[in-house]
Amino acid sequence: MRPHTISVLVENRPGVLSRVAGLFTRRGFNIESLAVGTCEEPGMSRITAVVIADDEIIEQVKKQLNKLINVIKVSDITYTEHVAREIALIKVAAEPGSSRAEVMQLADNFRARIIDVGTRTVILEVTGDTGKIDALEKLLHQYGIKELVRTGKIAMPRGSKTISSKK
Amino acid sequence: MKTGAKILVESLLHEGVNTIFGYPGGTVLPIYDELYDSPLRHILVRHEQAAIHAADGYARASGRVGVCLATSGPGACNLVTGIATAYMDSVPVVAITGQVPTTLLGNDAFQESDITGITLPITKHSYLLNNVRDVGKTVHEAFYIAGTGRMGPVLIDVPKDVQTDVVNEPEAVPEKVSIRGYQPTVRGHPKQIEKAVGMISGAERPLIYAGGGVIASGGDAELIRLAEALMIPVTTTLMGLGAIPSHHPLNLGMLGMHGTQSANYAVTECDLLIAIGARFDDRVTGKLESFAPNAQIIHIDIDPAEIGKNKAVDLPIVGDVGHVLREINKKLTKKTVQGLWNGRIAEWKQQSGEKKVLDTSILTPQYVVRTLSDILDGAGIIVTEVGQNQMWAAQHFSFTRPRQWISSGGLGTMGYGFPAAIGASIACPDEAVIDIAGDGSFQMNIQELATVVQYNIPVKVMILNNQYLGMVRQWQELFYDRRYSYTEMPSVDFVGIAKAYGVPGMCVTDPADVGDAIQTSLAHDGPYILDFRIEREENVMPMVPAGAAINEMILGENR
Ligand SMILES: Cc1ncc(C[n+]2csc(CCOP(=O)(O)OP(=O)(O)O)c2C)c(N)n1
Repeated sequence: MRPHTISVLVENRPGVLSRVAGLFTRRGFNIESLAVGTCEEPGMSRITAVVIADDEIIEQVKKQLNKLINVIKVSDITYTEHVAREIALIKVAAEPGSSRAEVMQLADNFRARIIDVGTRTVILEVTGDTGKIDALEKLLHQYGIKELVRTGKIAMPRGSKTISSKK
Repeated sequence: MKTGAKILVESLLHEGVNTIFGYPGGTVLPIYDELYDSPLRHILVRHEQAAIHAADGYARASGRVGVCLATSGPGACNLVTGIATAYMDSVPVVAITGQVPTTLLGNDAFQESDITGITLPITKHSYLLNNVRDVGKTVHEAFYIAGTGRMGPVLIDVPKDVQTDVVNEPEAVPEKVSIRGYQPTVRGHPKQIEKAVGMISGAERPLIYAGGGVIASGGDAELIRLAEALMIPVTTTLMGLGAIPSHHPLNLGMLGMHGTQSANYAVTECDLLIAIGARFDDRVTGKLESFAPNAQIIHIDIDPAEIGKNKAVDLPIVGDVGHVLREINKKLTKKTVQGLWNGRIAEWKQQSGEKKVLDTSILTPQYVVRTLSDILDGAGIIVTEVGQNQMWAAQHFSFTRPRQWISSGGLGTMGYGFPAAIGASIACPDEAVIDIAGDGSFQMNIQELATVVQYNIPVKVMILNNQYLGMVRQWQELFYDRRYSYTEMPSVDFVGIAKAYGVPGMCVTDPADVGDAIQTSLAHDGPYILDFRIEREENVMPMVPAGAAINEMILGENR
């Protein structure tokens, strides 16, 4: 079992997202992350799902996804060289004084941006692969994370290879 | 200027629909008003579940798309079991439901339910119409999706305002449907077909395992051609009954949990298993590792998702079964008779006494089914409920053609048979349609007696009445130390109930009366009920216990 990154190109129709998500949940596995948005083709959306499962089961789910009428293309890019990113917004306790300076320093090291400064908190915006965000999150725990949101992973193969429906 | 309701009814006629099964309600009133003076025939059932089962029976008997109609909320929810039944057995059905007006959607309005949401995992596809302009195109697409590729149920949810809204110029509906994300593969890959021909020609102990896909695709003639060309024995699934005549010398009968000894042994010993339109269901395979353990496997199916789902295969061929078999047959040249292999199978058949004469000193269900089979002599359509009655019918009726056998295989839905028989009878008015029933199952949709009376639908119900939920009782006998926990159902006067609805009937207790009773019911011009008081603790044998290998059968008494 390992995390698989599945990219699904779908027609932008009501119900598509639940159909896609339903096929994963029906098998009893958790969706680690799910990101949806429009893409290069008009009227289409791309769903990026990260799920933890066996290769074999993923193969089955891919076939089931392909059966959905509004699904145009399914690609498992786990074993394809790809770039992956997600964005996190992290609200951290940062009392004026030394802790605030430390948080700012950490943010700098991770190339995170400070996008809001309150009297006792700051909000960081960080972009990166899952590992980087996890690492920052771990370090920030000692200061106290008040709130955290992540977009879920989006991914794209490297080089000229694409996962679009056009060959 | 046309209303959505009018366009809907016209679209159904355009699809060639002549009968729909339904039940009215507030949110489908505009459609019912259109039906009032439309040539479309509407059968008013007494429960929406019967409407979908009837549409399903209609589809299975005729090979055409069945249609049902129900109101929103409770009406739509009553379709759920029937939609799941059709989904599991890949039956082409279009279910139309009313919905609260779009302005109230999501408001928990009176009689609102999110039926597209509820049925998401049990439909091939579904639509929530929100614009009157889309009605015509959607109906056309729905029929196309339901009736092509791996067939299945499609739901169209129609809000009431979409039914009453008008369009001046309804959009032209393209004759040819083109959906980007839906392009079923019909032709098998030539290279794969070439390989299959090689594997089949080289096998010493080949076996065909045929499922419902053969019947759905109309591939039965090609199947028989393939079997006969090389003398390959054939076993079918429950859904595949009728794909090859029961009496065909190469037919080993059904395989799996209640399969024949010869079929189950043949699977265990074959060196090549040719799976055709079958899906390696767990009722068929038993313990997976011991299913066809020595065989290479060729799997032909229109649905790529079925291939390798349960069992790894050596050669997958995606395509319409009929097409693929025709291509294989064209290329097969070797005409060898596998003498040894078939000899071994003949021995198994002999040993198990598969066709032995039945005991007639007591009233057994097996004898009832055999007598019916003899009387019909190849004609008729057999519909069943679920349980022992279903298995006895499958084991003892002699089928001669596809679509002669109608039964809920995948979901195993009690209460399916009677309404499905209504649909089958309407699809095939010249055939005798018999619902072989259990006393438990029949009581799940017994109210449809009113429907068969209202429209004089000549369905015959033959109840194999053991006053038990027989199949469950059998499991309790074998695996729960005869602790019959809540499976006994005290005697019901079925003939009396039928009479109250206006259906004649007869109760049979003596084996000597079986033939006459069946003749009487068949001769009667209209519905009829036979209540056979059978041996109460009769079992379905052979039986493979759940989880065992299919050659590890309990043989038991086989009357
Ligand atoms: C709707 C539904 N509920 C429960 C079951 C579980 N079940 C399978 S067979 C069976 C007993 C059927 O009894 P009956 O209809 O009397 O037929 P018999 O087995 O006695 O022939 C039951 C309860 C089912 N298949 N369907």
